[in-house]
Amino acid sequence: MTSTRPAAGDGAGRFSASVEAAAVPLLGLAVSFALFGVFVAVAGANVGDVYYQMVRGSFGSWFSFQNTLVRAAPLMLTALCTALPAQVGLVVIGGEGALVLGALASVIAAHALGGANPWVVLFAMAGAGCVVGGAWIAAVGALRTLRGANETISSLLLNYIAIGVFKHVVEGPLRDPASLNKPSTRPIGEANALGAIPGLDVHWGLVYGLIGCLAAYVLMRRSAFGFAAKVIGGNARAAQLGGLAVSKIVIVTCALGGAAAGLAGMAEVAAVHGTANASIIVGYGYTGILVAFLARQHPLAIVPVAVLIGGVGASGGLLQRAEHLPDATVNVLQGILFVVILAIETLRGRLATFLPRARVTSESAPNPAAKAACSKAA
Amino acid sequence: MLEGRMSDTAAGLGIWALPLALIGGALRVSGPYLFVSLGECLTEKSGRINLGQEGTLILGAMTAYGVSYLSGSPWLGVLAAGCAGLVLGALHAWLCSLPRVNDVAVGIALMLFGVGIAFFLGKPLIQPPAPRLSPIELGAWSSIAPVRAALEIHGLLLLGVVAAFVMRFVFRRTRWGLVLRVAGEDADAARALGYDVDRVRLVATAIGGFFAGVGGSFLSLVYPGSWSEGLSSGQGLMAVALVIFARWDPVKCLWTSLLFGGAGALGPALQSIGILGGYNLYATAPYVLTFVIMIATSSARRTFADQPAELTVAR
Repeated sequence: MTSTRPAAGDGAGRFSASVEAAAVPLLGLAVSFALFGVFVAVAGANVGDVYYQMVRGSFGSWFSFQNTLVRAAPLMLTALCTALPAQVGLVVIGGEGALVLGALASVIAAHALGGANPWVVLFAMAGAGCVVGGAWIAAVGALRTLRGANETISSLLLNYIAIGVFKHVVEGPLRDPASLNKPSTRPIGEANALGAIPGLDVHWGLVYGLIGCLAAYVLMRRSAFGFAAKVIGGNARAAQLGGLAVSKIVIVTCALGGAAAGLAGMAEVAAVHGTANASIIVGYGYTGILVAFLARQHPLAIVPVAVLIGGVGASGGLLQRAEHLPDATVNVLQGILFVVILAIETLRGRLATFLPRARVTSESAPNPAAKAACSKAA
Repeated sequence: MLEGRMSDTAAGLGIWALPLALIGGALRVSGPYLFVSLGECLTEKSGRINLGQEGTLILGAMTAYGVSYLSGSPWLGVLAAGCAGLVLGALHAWLCSLPRVNDVAVGIALMLFGVGIAFFLGKPLIQPPAPRLSPIELGAWSSIAPVRAALEIHGLLLLGVVAAFVMRFVFRRTRWGLVLRVAGEDADAARALGYDVDRVRLVATAIGGFFAGVGGSFLSLVYPGSWSEGLSSGQGLMAVALVIFARWDPVKCLWTSLLFGGAGALGPALQSIGILGGYNLYATAPYVLTFVIMIATSSARRTFADQPAELTVAR
């Protein structure tokens, strides 16, 4: 967050600011895990064992770490679906819908190309996923900027509509008659599967995620477009008066976020399931919202946060088997994390250690927080 | 079971079968919408939006079912659900009163939190049957089963109807309603008058949470009338859009809830008269309706005169 504090130009001030930027969320993590410990203790589990199993199930072995990375891959991309629109000040929570429709579109593309070269098929699948996911969220941005329809609610409604359409198509027109118990489309075929990264048991979707986050960082923090987006996120009216094409930039930013989530859907189909069915709908879109907020909407911070939250998800199975906790334990921890990380924001700029230099910090928060600060000041 | 009973006689009813199934469905499906939208209306009148109502609804559904199962009294379950909602609402209000904490983000967080807790604690409740609220048989005069089924009214729904009119009266005619509206229209003016805006909002959000919790009990104790993780289907958030459509008027919330209930009943109603294809598409009717209404009622250039000016949602 150093870049949001221009006045703290001297090296020490900058350093102190970035330490604070990391320290506050880390404190939030510590508080969250402590609260979670209290929760599982009340639920009757042994707290020490629970922590131990969580570490074992997520980062404890090479096998579990790879499982963590497989789960982190889609989270990086769905987090971008929230983090990119956040740059222009929108709170979009439609990643689940974009992912689901991106998956569906990529399967349709794979079927349409039949026996073409696998590279062509994969490229078309990725393109279809990005286009459909992008259009889905671009619609949210367009409705917001052109029509004033609240983007948070509309994107959530679109999740339900997307899932309804997905189920209708998978259980109806595109259903593979051979899929008896679990309605699925015809498989995309072994030849077209997205393989593993050499030397790892992790599919290429992880690279998609890393590249996506890096590209988002470059675009949003190192380009004129990103600067314009930031101005809009700070004050859309001022940006308009300054001559920026506000609507266009908002819609493009939303489209990019949606494209990332659509690509996540494509990777899940091409690398994990090999077909489109209800197994795609496991909430990566919703968890991505948490990842984006934990990362404070910073594209690069999404990478480590996605790995952390992917690890929490990966440890869920072990918690069920070894500790006999319900699978929703992971949801509880995610909920606690989300609440605490938002609440702890209130400490930013107020921790005495970070106070002495350049107190220009309080008005330069990231967008959602800035929104609140502005509305409170007004 | 109900649907099965209806399709037996549906053929004899001709064109009346669908409207009857729709009315009956609307009266059952609209309950959660009504309670959540009343709660959200109250919260938004104070100048704050609570997107966490979805989590409150699900937590309320689980709490009501659990307490009804353990105590044997469904009405105790309703009360417990309200109290669970009260706690979540108060938590939302407290978090939002901290400096630099955004109410929309907190709402999303509490949505995930509430759903997570409900799924965690509700695991053992999926199997056992809990006593449900029993309906008032307004259609007892009729010998036709679908008519009787359509006119089953639940006492809880009637309570919601009464609450809508009471809430409108409170907003318009009482001192507390006036303070609430001032806090929602202009927080600085309210402060200048000596009112503690954060406290007004705390009370409004907590009571709003109570309503949403009761709405959850409608899900698990009336219709569909059981607890499962599939209960979570966005009614809590649709209620937020519903309140905008109802222009922050509790009585209009009532009519709008019935409309949404009708849309939600479309899928099962079509099923009951034998139209089975595209079930997943009909199931999206309430979302599509909400979406269309939201687009139709929004405007990029103006805000509504009825909208509490402190609300950040439609800025």
